[in-house]
Amino acid sequence: MHFGLKKKLFVATVALGFAMAIPAAGIAGDTIKLGVAGAQSGDLASYGLPTVKAAELVVEQYNAKGGINGNKVELLIEDDVCKPEVATNTATKLVTDGVDVVLGHICSGATKAALPIYKEAGVIVMSPSATAVDLTKSGDYSNFFRTIAPDDAQAEAMVDFTIGTLGAKKIAVIHDKGDYGKGLAEIAEGLVKASGKAEVALFEGVTPGAVDYTAIVQKIKRTGADAVIFGGYHPEASKIVSMMKKKRMDIPFVSDDGVKDDTFIKVAGDNAEGVYASGPQDNSANPVAIAAIEAHKKAYNEDPGAFFENAYSAALALLNAIEKAGTTDSAAVVKALQTETVATPVGNIHFDAKGDAVGVGFVMYVVKDGKYVVVE
Amino acid sequence: MDYFIELFFGGLTRGSIYALIALGYTMVYGIIGLINFAHGEIYMIGAFTSFIIATVLSIYGFPLLSIVIIAGLAAAVWSSAYGFTVEKLAYRPLRKAPRLAPLISAIGMSIFLQNYVLLAQTSDFLPFPELIPDFPFMEPVAHIVGSSDLVILVTTALVMIGLTFLIKFTKIGKAMRATAQDKTMAVLVGINVDRVISATFVIGSALAAIGGMLIASHIGQINFYIGFIAGIKAFTAAVLGGIGSIPGAVLGSLVLGLTESFATGYVSSDYEDVFAFSLLVLILIFKPSGLLGKAETKKV
Repeated sequence: MHFGLKKKLFVATVALGFAMAIPAAGIAGDTIKLGVAGAQSGDLASYGLPTVKAAELVVEQYNAKGGINGNKVELLIEDDVCKPEVATNTATKLVTDGVDVVLGHICSGATKAALPIYKEAGVIVMSPSATAVDLTKSGDYSNFFRTIAPDDAQAEAMVDFTIGTLGAKKIAVIHDKGDYGKGLAEIAEGLVKASGKAEVALFEGVTPGAVDYTAIVQKIKRTGADAVIFGGYHPEASKIVSMMKKKRMDIPFVSDDGVKDDTFIKVAGDNAEGVYASGPQDNSANPVAIAAIEAHKKAYNEDPGAFFENAYSAALALLNAIEKAGTTDSAAVVKALQTETVATPVGNIHFDAKGDAVGVGFVMYVVKDGKYVVVE
Repeated sequence: MDYFIELFFGGLTRGSIYALIALGYTMVYGIIGLINFAHGEIYMIGAFTSFIIATVLSIYGFPLLSIVIIAGLAAAVWSSAYGFTVEKLAYRPLRKAPRLAPLISAIGMSIFLQNYVLLAQTSDFLPFPELIPDFPFMEPVAHIVGSSDLVILVTTALVMIGLTFLIKFTKIGKAMRATAQDKTMAVLVGINVDRVISATFVIGSALAAIGGMLIASHIGQINFYIGFIAGIKAFTAAVLGGIGSIPGAVLGSLVLGLTESFATGYVSSDYEDVFAFSLLVLILIFKPSGLLGKAETKKV
């Protein structure tokens, strides 16, 4: 099996080499060069290779209808193994090859290392998967865009919902002491304080696996909190909501995508009713997403891998912006990215001033009759 | 003051949960001086057995009370069989070996049983049926104790009284005390030491199984890993109270439960374990034998 994969990769590489060589030789100088950077080998290759396939499908689609404004699109594919030190080389190589825009990188660390090089060269970069908050929010990388919601967007969605929709004034923020849960809870705590509309009544971590959560539930009750925001996974969440029901506490429980899982409903049973959880929006009914997945199955005879939809969206957004701008000049393309809405597998998106996709993000779900349904 | 009472009862429930498991640790240690690290897994197996039996019975529409009784008995019998077998396979051949060997064997048994249940069942969390219905008490009692808290408290009290009676006044109890005091002498006066040890494992395992059923029903979920943390906490409680002493195990468990409850209530749940284990260290520094433990005298 290992040999088979290697052989396939080899064939693919050779085929790609030919595919790139022919148009490059034919209409040299007139192509639009789309760089694809990310992990294509090593232990994180499974996150990077779907991006290459997405780019191939989108480029094929554009070239089939005659390219962009008469220019064919050419792919330049480079591997960064998700390592920051390799990513700088990758970026330099792509810039030297005269790349116009880059789809990638995959990992936040590698992306951060590569961005200054692209910025210097005036190359626009769009990642399908780098979620580190400061890549966009710091404002340092005006050339960076992404089609995935950053880590803090979830906390923001949770806090906005709790304060805005539920009208909570005193919020208990509870987490499970883990990287994910605590990180989310800390951002949520900051957002609640910054909002000025509600106060943080309690900020505490529970011990995962502890036999009993009665004491923390009693404490939440004593603080008089009118809502709970929880960061963590479903085993702790189901224990806490069950204990809250037993202690006759009827305040909203708002949680994250670690809880937006059917196992939570199965384990918590009736106690799960009315629990809120945020999760990525459902793209399964989106016609663009359906078409993209169909195309992938037809071309590669398998289901797409991680971040395929985000990568497909990024490739569409980049090429669409170039088409609308009518040039590859970065200032014009940035303007087009921010103003032109494009239909992609992750929805109809454009980008905000900092580079995050508007329209991609988290929506709130609520458990109703044993199922998660989107809160209207 | 209300808050204090709430935390107090919360701590008592938590302590009683630990006590049901801690009794098994302390009995085994009292008899053969072994820390049976697989005891937490016996508790987990008890919870799983009662889960399976209760689920099957409820499909056939048995009334709740009979489900509780049958599931409890089945869990006790099945866990006892496991306890008996574990002792026979993993500890008996090593009884004359240096003390470290059975300890390692116990840890191995614990890991084995965890993985066995993981493979036989699943790694998922499973919803445990509510065997003790949530009875609507009147306010303000409802805020302080629920029906499952009460059942756990009462069961622990009954179990402790029963065990004390068993050890003080029955024949097997006398044999246990004799074995604990001096194994060689016990053999010489005609006590079947092997049988006494097996009985100890069987009783301890049955208690752990009942505990497993009650606690799983109280929390509402089980998976293959629940024995680990519960086992560690119960073991800590047994040491705190003086390992080998039955009232000590109960006292240690209640003290540990109350400490955790008050630490969460008045300080922060972040520090729940910090307070619990600091207490353990302090007790061990100032009274190394534990709260009710007797200082060990070297036999000459």
